[in-house]
Amino acid sequence: MKKYWKYLGVCLLVVIASSCEDNDDNGPTYTPTPVTLEIPQVFEGKLLPPVIPTDNPLTEEGIALGKKLFFDPILSADNTQACADCHRPENAFSDPRQFSIGINGDVGTRQSMPLFNMAWNFEDKFFWDGRALTLENQIFQPVTNPIEMNNTWPNAENTLQADSEYPELFEKAFGTSTVDSVLVSKAIAQFLRTLVSANSKFDRFQLGLEELTPEEENGLTIFLDEGRGDCFHCHGLPANPLWTDNIFHNNGMDEIITDLGFGGFTGDPREFGHFKSPSLRNLAFTAPYMHDGRFETIDEVINHYSEGLVFSETIDPLMKNISTGGAHMSESDKADLKAFLLSLSDESFINNPDFQE
Amino acid sequence: MKNLRKIAMLLIATVVLVSCNNDDDSTPVNVTVDFNFTHNFDGTAIQNADYETTSYTNANGESLKLSKLVYLISDITFTASDGTVYAAEDYNLVNARTESNINFTPGVDLPKGDYTVSFTFGFDDEDNDKDGGYADLNTSDGGWGVPGPLGGGYHYMRMEGTYVNTIGVDNTFQYHTIRANRHATMPPGPGTLEELTDTSFTVNLGTVTVGSTTSVEVQMDVSQWFENPNLWDLNTWFTVLMPNYEAQLDMSENGAAGVFSLGTVTTED
Repeated sequence: MKKYWKYLGVCLLVVIASSCEDNDDNGPTYTPTPVTLEIPQVFEGKLLPPVIPTDNPLTEEGIALGKKLFFDPILSADNTQACADCHRPENAFSDPRQFSIGINGDVGTRQSMPLFNMAWNFEDKFFWDGRALTLENQIFQPVTNPIEMNNTWPNAENTLQADSEYPELFEKAFGTSTVDSVLVSKAIAQFLRTLVSANSKFDRFQLGLEELTPEEENGLTIFLDEGRGDCFHCHGLPANPLWTDNIFHNNGMDEIITDLGFGGFTGDPREFGHFKSPSLRNLAFTAPYMHDGRFETIDEVINHYSEGLVFSETIDPLMKNISTGGAHMSESDKADLKAFLLSLSDESFINNPDFQE
Repeated sequence: MKNLRKIAMLLIATVVLVSCNNDDDSTPVNVTVDFNFTHNFDGTAIQNADYETTSYTNANGESLKLSKLVYLISDITFTASDGTVYAAEDYNLVNARTESNINFTPGVDLPKGDYTVSFTFGFDDEDNDKDGGYADLNTSDGGWGVPGPLGGGYHYMRMEGTYVNTIGVDNTFQYHTIRANRHATMPPGPGTLEELTDTSFTVNLGTVTVGSTTSVEVQMDVSQWFENPNLWDLNTWFTVLMPNYEAQLDMSENGAAGVFSLGTVTTED
């Protein structure tokens, strides 16, 4: 009988030892609080679950660190430029300038993309040309881009490491006070995934909380009409309230393609001049429009699709009646379409205190 | 001590019994069947490199290039000679250009043997109108849904490309198949919808012998969408086909007549 007790004791010790080992990795201060991304009611049942990488779950500490980093110029080479300088909350995290300007005064070639609902980008490709796979990878690039923050990652890491606050915040978020670029990208990605926009007038209409005007209703009909707007094939429909497909198209802007877009990344000539469809949410705040910000107003965008389309080799066949420039909508149809598009704008998103500095 | 022996015996007996259960191979083992979707234009295989580059001539004489070929199939069904039906009642969205989902294994187990095999092109009305729809399809390929004014549900197929029109100019076409919808007035909008007709169709592939591993090739001959029984004039019907009731009926007839066929079947005992 004694023997059995001995065996039992040994077993218990083994179990306890291995349990202790599992819990002892991360130091005494590493107790991050898990956060579950709240699914907006208007997304419920319509969209797949958000994309949250298993190696970067949301935590309160990670999100707080990411937010601080996003608004802090510390990531730039001369500590003068933050992510938020070109992704401004009041512009749905876009830039009202056609092209953003880097720390040395260099001017970019593409418009700053708005930032919201990125956890529902099931394609997981970021930038206008899709060159970054995953949100975490996207974050690496602006920091070292010579015409943006123009920093090096070792320098950025050293600056953060020498800061009086950051090492402790990394400890709380990730269990190590050693600053690392991977953890910087993880923290910012966590914050960006919390930027959820789902409370536009049209969202409230979908939930039965608000009525559309007759003009907005007619605008939706035009949006969904293959013979007029035909916007839905790239920009979604009420069953896809992201209002984007997150994939890449040549939307008939130039006969001669100079910016290769997605094709510049993939190397496939058939994808030259393809750019990601942006979401139509928050258009009221995100002018100017298109990947190169060439259109200052929504009217110009609508006119482009109505009568300004031009053919090039990689044209998307969804650009209809290309030989005559488009569907030639009436002026009243254009006005109603615009009214509907503006109903997709979400004031509560740009004013959300959680998303301000 | 006796008690411990009893417990030990009981444990051993349990282990042996569980093991026996696992090793029992007298029951017939059910199998699954793999499908592979391939695409050709009148017998010439269409590969990724052919999209936007290779010109094909349809039966009406128009020169066309393909940009996109995405389609939905559902309800692959196996019917045994005694009438027993095995059906997974699932669906698969094939993207021929990117080759996404060209391989598909329906979620149904069945005994080895001979079966007639069929599937539905698109969604029949029951699947198309499922309460709440399908979250994956809502964002697949940019949104596979059909607007409410056209009757809702989902696209069956999006075939897109360019063709040379009668005056020699490149134009775009969108051969989109959905449930046929007739409107009292055009353009379609709230209140214009008069009639919906289920234009999905059943494709009968014939008899397949199912073994321990079975691979079934399903071939799509794209040229047939433009040919039989309705000769397709792209100059007339190249765009805004979704709310075009007659066009949807014709597309469905052409699809059902001979677009799909059984290709190579590989069966191992």
